[in-house]
Amino acid sequence: MKKFLAALTLICAMSALQAQVSFDDILAADNPANWLSYSRNLFNQRHSALDQINTGNADELELQWVWQARSLEKFETTPLVVDGVMYTVQAPNDVVALDAATGRIFWTYHHEPAPSRTCCGRVNRGLAILGNTLFMGTVDARLLAIDARAGNLIWNTSVANPDELYSITMPPLVVEDKVYIGVAGGDMPTRGFVAAYDVTTGQEIWKTHTIPGPGEPGHESWSGESWKTGGAAIWNAGAYDPEANLVYFGTGNPQPDWDGRSRLGDNLYSDSVLAFDADSGEIKWHYQFTPHDELDYDSTQVPVLVDRPWQGRMRKMMLWANRNGLMYVLDRITGEFLLGKPYVAVNWMTGFDETGRPIRDPAILPSPEGTIVRPHVHGAINWAPTAFSPKHDLYFVAHWEDSGIMAIEGQFPQALGVNRRQTTMGDVALEPFLNNDGEAWGVIRAYDPDTLDPVWEFDMGNITWGGVVSTDGDLVFGGGKDGYFVALDALTGELKWKVNLGGQVNAAPMTYAVNGKQFIAIAAGTALFTFALPE
Amino acid sequence: MTRHSLCRVLLYLLTTAVVPVIAQHETGSDIVSGERAFRDYCANCHGPDGDLIKGVDLGHNNFRQPYTDEDLAGIIMNGIPNTPMPATPRVTQEQAYMLVAYLRSRGDIVDTGLSGNPGRGKTLFDGRGECLDCHMVEGQGGILGPDLSSIALVRSSAELEDSLLNPNAVVQPNHRFYTVVTKSGDRISGRLLNHDAFSVQLLDEDERLRAFQKNDLANYGFSDPVMGSLAGEFSRQELADMVAYLATLRRGAAQ
Repeated sequence: MKKFLAALTLICAMSALQAQVSFDDILAADNPANWLSYSRNLFNQRHSALDQINTGNADELELQWVWQARSLEKFETTPLVVDGVMYTVQAPNDVVALDAATGRIFWTYHHEPAPSRTCCGRVNRGLAILGNTLFMGTVDARLLAIDARAGNLIWNTSVANPDELYSITMPPLVVEDKVYIGVAGGDMPTRGFVAAYDVTTGQEIWKTHTIPGPGEPGHESWSGESWKTGGAAIWNAGAYDPEANLVYFGTGNPQPDWDGRSRLGDNLYSDSVLAFDADSGEIKWHYQFTPHDELDYDSTQVPVLVDRPWQGRMRKMMLWANRNGLMYVLDRITGEFLLGKPYVAVNWMTGFDETGRPIRDPAILPSPEGTIVRPHVHGAINWAPTAFSPKHDLYFVAHWEDSGIMAIEGQFPQALGVNRRQTTMGDVALEPFLNNDGEAWGVIRAYDPDTLDPVWEFDMGNITWGGVVSTDGDLVFGGGKDGYFVALDALTGELKWKVNLGGQVNAAPMTYAVNGKQFIAIAAGTALFTFALPE
Repeated sequence: MTRHSLCRVLLYLLTTAVVPVIAQHETGSDIVSGERAFRDYCANCHGPDGDLIKGVDLGHNNFRQPYTDEDLAGIIMNGIPNTPMPATPRVTQEQAYMLVAYLRSRGDIVDTGLSGNPGRGKTLFDGRGECLDCHMVEGQGGILGPDLSSIALVRSSAELEDSLLNPNAVVQPNHRFYTVVTKSGDRISGRLLNHDAFSVQLLDEDERLRAFQKNDLANYGFSDPVMGSLAGEFSRQELADMVAYLATLRRGAAQ
């Protein structure tokens, strides 16, 4: 009888629609209908080969479905889509499986976080998947593995103690049989780290601190005992280079944020990109964007990896639009600084030395009376992901211009002008925009990856806290604080379509297909919206 | 669901070429409603376990005569003339049949009165019982049935024993089975996850998430539960061992 049953099971299995997600699937990312990792591929290029929606028909886009989250937190998650099933997060940490064609719910997994403190909202930026398992970091600093078919909890591992001010808001990164996660909390007295866990058991495989301990290289860059509580958190998505077997993560600000007098030195590896050996966690190289930062320039932007010509030869590189107002091209195998230049008004540095280290303007430091800094404390970009289109050989970035007063000794950093009544950070609801012209204005720009010069610009009016996605339909999608979601011509920046979603866009768009129909998804306010062409 | 019962279901599906109407039958929620009606209308005289009237043990389906369902529904509504059993006009016919469904669901329940060994119970659960085919414990096992990792936090040992002996007496709404038949004749069964005026969402028997538009379906509705009673397959001691094991499943209790 069991043999007969086995035969029946085989028949059923042969008709299976959903396949397990292999690491090869994630790495190749060659099925444009699916979106298997935070930024579609592990190079974080956020570019899709889908072209059903294109510059010729984008103005016909129609709303398909809306999913309203039962949450008042900012919706920062980029969903995953696997064979017609969408997985997203209802902040802080409920995983939701939806029919990607209709938005109807299959299941919800609820995680009730223990009391925890986050700097900037009880948010979550996304999930990772491998096989039939979803992975999620939680605001109470746990890493969960959840069955993607039924929403059952498989394992639940403590990454750090939330009572010690650690939390997790980033999407995990899966490489082979490991899942990598870092900790947030770097605005408070913590010591950042990233750790790798066994995907099957949740057992820790390695853990590497982002602040070197006694005897380790870089430890001398912290005065006194400041290394113990120096922050350098990892709170955003990482990248992976399979040939080099390196995983890359950006690190956050040193702590305390705006007064460096208790932590003299460069404060390695805060505000850096770190290349870790994927198997051992050994730091292979680092590049520090802002040594001894006192302006809160986290470097937790999503690393974008590109293979393209550089000065006459192919090179493996990394593009990075940083919160500190500078854009970079780095060699991602060696960490060599290839190019860097301001992409907004910058006054805290005056140039780079021959090694790529920024030359600081010694006058631009937080002071008791207040110092005007450019860009302001929230940066030229904060955490929102950027996109690189191999088809167009362009780097797309949503960012903004802003300046502010940085003050110390008990004073919180303040912004200039009318904008001081508003936070530049994302929020859920729309609010009147009362800034003077030229204050705190946002753009979506395309940059030439050879020169980092802008190719075109689309004026978003207000700050653009959301990310972007580009497609083979020659489109770039993005949204901002004013609630607009736009489709732009990838080659010219011309507006092709817009819609007002009635809430701030705090996430990056993504695109997928079900049964041959392309969808564009974007979160705004507390809801997720999808658009497609008419049937 | 044991492999045997899965087999029965699959055989049924394969050997039934056309099923014009999906069977109507009592559901888990009917039985829950029946239990509520029992407490409201019957327990005052018969007692919470149904055994306070001499010669009648409603809790174990011991009636004065071998009544049919129709007989029992009639007695509930109309009473028994010339006996203390009164008519209960407030009970509708629908409620009466829910009450009967509840009473029938109690029929297989026996109190083993034995203390179980959790270790032996786990061996049976993981092995001969084939329980992990459908149930998950601590991340291991199947997903068609309820995840039992924390079952002892929400069910007493007596309830667990009831569920082993009569697993379909009370089925949570999110663990009911449902079958759709497409207009092209494909028949798909699985756990109902969601449905609305226009669509149905299932976890099918191959553990895949499936969504259907109702206007693409020839038929749809609740289908027979798939887990059979363990009463005939395990000794009383073995059942007690499995209950003892299930009573240890308390994931999340300390958090």
